Amino acid sequence: MSEVATRDYADPAFRAQLVSGVDRTPGAGKPDPILVVDSVVRHFGGMTAVDVDHLEVQRGIITALIGPNGAGKTTFFNLVTGFDRPSQGAHWSFDGKTLDKTSASAVAQAGMVRTFQLTKALNRMTVMDNMMLGATEQSGENLLKSIFKPLWHGQEREIEERAKDLLDRFKLLPKKDDYAGSLSGGQRKLLEMARALMTSPKMIMLDEPMAGVNPALTQSLLGHIQSLRDEGTTVLFVEHDMHMVRHISDWVVVMAEGRVIAEGPADSVMSDQGVIDAYLGAHHDMDLGDDSLLEDDAVKDMAAEVAQEDAEGNA
Amino acid sequence: MSVTEDLTTGSEKDEAQRESRNKLLYAGGGLVAFLVALAVLSHLPGTVGQISASMLRVAIQPQTAALVIAVIGLNIHFGYTGLLNMGQAGFMMLGAYGFSIAIWKGQPMVVGVLAGFAAAFVFALLLGIPTLKLRGDYLAIVTISAAEILRYTGRLAKLEDFTGAAQGIPGSQYRGPFSNLSFLGDGQWTFPGTKLTYYLTGTDDWWTRLVAWGLVALCSYLVFLLARSPWGRLLRGIREDEDAIRSLGKNVFAVKMQALVIGGLFGALGGIIFILPASMQPDAMGRNLTFFAWTALLLGGAATVFGPVLGSILFFSVRIFLQGVTNAVVPNSVMNTQQTEQFAWICIGVMLMLIVIFRPQGLVGDKRELRFNV
Repeated sequence: MSEVATRDYADPAFRAQLVSGVDRTPGAGKPDPILVVDSVVRHFGGMTAVDVDHLEVQRGIITALIGPNGAGKTTFFNLVTGFDRPSQGAHWSFDGKTLDKTSASAVAQAGMVRTFQLTKALNRMTVMDNMMLGATEQSGENLLKSIFKPLWHGQEREIEERAKDLLDRFKLLPKKDDYAGSLSGGQRKLLEMARALMTSPKMIMLDEPMAGVNPALTQSLLGHIQSLRDEGTTVLFVEHDMHMVRHISDWVVVMAEGRVIAEGPADSVMSDQGVIDAYLGAHHDMDLGDDSLLEDDAVKDMAAEVAQEDAEGNA
Repeated sequence: MSVTEDLTTGSEKDEAQRESRNKLLYAGGGLVAFLVALAVLSHLPGTVGQISASMLRVAIQPQTAALVIAVIGLNIHFGYTGLLNMGQAGFMMLGAYGFSIAIWKGQPMVVGVLAGFAAAFVFALLLGIPTLKLRGDYLAIVTISAAEILRYTGRLAKLEDFTGAAQGIPGSQYRGPFSNLSFLGDGQWTFPGTKLTYYLTGTDDWWTRLVAWGLVALCSYLVFLLARSPWGRLLRGIREDEDAIRSLGKNVFAVKMQALVIGGLFGALGGIIFILPASMQPDAMGRNLTFFAWTALLLGGAATVFGPVLGSILFFSVRIFLQGVTNAVVPNSVMNTQQTEQFAWICIGVMLMLIVIFRPQGLVGDKRELRFNV
């Protein structure tokens, strides 16, 4: 590991080399994992929403978590970030620290910060206030110090500068004094991501960052996510958009029915028979990341095929 | 490009600040003008003078100041943090009991005040630990019940030697040390240009008014300091979305607990002032008082510094106005004096509904804060 000193996550070849040695099996061990998860199980009544034996997320790269609706991706996110409790004794550690039963806020303090599928911008606060809330270790948030402005004024200035830089990067600076509720849906997603970055996270977890975002904004969001990776932040995201997954992820983890069913680089995973079965039902042999899939004809063809299969099945 | 953008946003921010400062000036000026007008009108002969005089008396009475302080506490709970505290009267009662019982039992006044605060502090902790992790409604249910439990406990005949039971504790048993602090001297004094005449130091005196309104100013300033700080920002963030704040690594439970305790301590202080000019009676601090506090808060404007002051003063004086006018206009055969009082309360209830429907931000609240559905 002599090349550790010269880590350049912006270099695709370096990232390819990082993941090259990893087994393409569910729960594969990885060099230098930032997040290690063991036996995370969550039942809702009789249904098992999540049952992950072992999963490692490698440091510095973009990992995508995909799976059909109801696969348990968001529940898994909630469990790992402390927003939900596992049904049985689970173990996971982040950056060497054990987080088994930690609260959501402690998880975030450890450096693993998430966004939400339904954006949680604080609508009746200004964009700037939203950003300022993201900063950690604010002495002015201590009740006793808060009433003495000189004790926190300097820090407040620094945080404001950082917030402005981030807002500028996300093209939200002209909106900084607007209420967050007046932003468009896509801008709120950007704001939520920028706010998460205010915490200076080691790993950022994005829950469907592209849902409800128009194509033009998608491009810039992709750019933002990639630049995060280039700066050394580990990214784990849940996404349905296969294009995006294929385009930016270095590693893909596929969940179905609560379990991890496949892992590997985007290309190999999307041609995995088990994954295709999980998404489209058995009998399909199409590459999920294939662009032609998104064309209307292809969709119609698939629909026709499914209908035919159904008819055969019923007959 | 970016320079011009900076300029526009900068001026917008200035504008927003100027706007809020202007609003405060208008509200403060309006309140002063209102009081001056009452003082002038009170010199008129007949009913108008009488109504104005009693409105003015009620506007500056110590109980109004006590309610203001309790509402300031409620504002921290509900206005800034979004905690539904339906038992502010319980906090007031604990402050009042702590104060009056300690002095009645021979302790110095400092011990009395501290006892009141300590009781409210423990009460807030006890209520907060089980409920603050749950949804907001649970706090409402628990606080209203707990406040009632306290009141009925205070009324228990078996506790007569300790709480004075339903009769309460006469003011003469605990007022002494407070009156002794007065530097105003003896005798009566009339506020120049008004018909407000009270003893300088006595039962219902200028000294109590001075201290009560001085404390209102102090508490308002304290809330101003808290609200503009990052801690205040954290409170508003929690009001908007707890989970978002949690995801940013903040200890939401601890901050909510701090808010509950601080608001409760303001309530306790309000309670102490509430009983200074009168006596300590548990039934004076029942559910009614909680709802008065809520009405005053919503009338003035939640999440504002000046709202509680404006709301409480208007709440009391508008009721007197309604009662006085009804008394004067409606013949006794239709509505007698007792009924006009009830009628005034009904009008207050209707007023509360109208405020919530047509002006949810209250008199001085920021409408933009309420424009977006969360």
